[in-house]
Amino acid sequence: MAAIGNPMIRMASHAKKGQIVEVRSLIMNPMTTGLSKNKAGKLIPAHFIQTVTVTFNSKPLCNVDWSTAISANPYLAFKMRAVESGTLEMTWKDNTDGVWSSKAAITVA
Amino acid sequence: MEQMKRRKFLGVSAVGMAAVAGSGVLVPAIANAANVAGWPAAAFDAKKLDEAMKDSIDATSVKTSAKVRLTAPTIAENGAAVPVTVDVDHPMTADDYIESVYLYVDHNPTPLASAFHFTPDSGHAYFQERIKMAKTDMVRAVARTNKGVMMSSKPQEIKVTIGGCGG
Repeated sequence: MAAIGNPMIRMASHAKKGQIVEVRSLIMNPMTTGLSKNKAGKLIPAHFIQTVTVTFNSKPLCNVDWSTAISANPYLAFKMRAVESGTLEMTWKDNTDGVWSSKAAITVA
Repeated sequence: MEQMKRRKFLGVSAVGMAAVAGSGVLVPAIANAANVAGWPAAAFDAKKLDEAMKDSIDATSVKTSAKVRLTAPTIAENGAAVPVTVDVDHPMTADDYIESVYLYVDHNPTPLASAFHFTPDSGHAYFQERIKMAKTDMVRAVARTNKGVMMSSKPQEIKVTIGGCGG
């Protein structure tokens, strides 16, 4: 089976106060729909990430609900206004009880 | 240098995709398939665009606004990974901000692709992700402010050469 998990976050490590920074992320997940079949003609069960939640210094920043229409090994980019130094944490959850999280720190001056 | 890093970063995803495609007989062992708490199953399970919109935003048509910008290729060679960027030109203050952005693919088996929820701390209602498309189709994004004002992007047609849902 293909690799799964291994979340990654890329974000600037330093920013000026008030600057809007982009956060890019990637995680390994098959994101199967449950509609397609394997070579033996059997349906491949749906297996996909359903929610991604993002917090900054433990305060909710944004979150996204995903369907099976998101590509395998989903990439996600979004933005954040840099107000204070701290840690961004992302948590991905899939429909098979899989949970992964990753953190990235930023220094705001 | 920054560009180099970015390429390397994106490259990992491409390699991963190839691995999934190459493995062919991919049968994930599902120990316990259950929806994540809070995931809006009704809206995501809806099979028709009208139903999906009704279940997610309680409306079936939304006025288009130039403020909601959807950026995607006009021709996507691979329907399995179509990059889509949505950004909304709207203030993000505590009183007035974009609360949610919904992305729809009109004729996908389940049209609602994603539902993004922002806070004023986001600074800019923006996201980029990659979606699967079964065939050439229209893609649209609908944004809703914290006051319930809705606006839609212009529906954009993306031509798909190879569908992304094949078995």
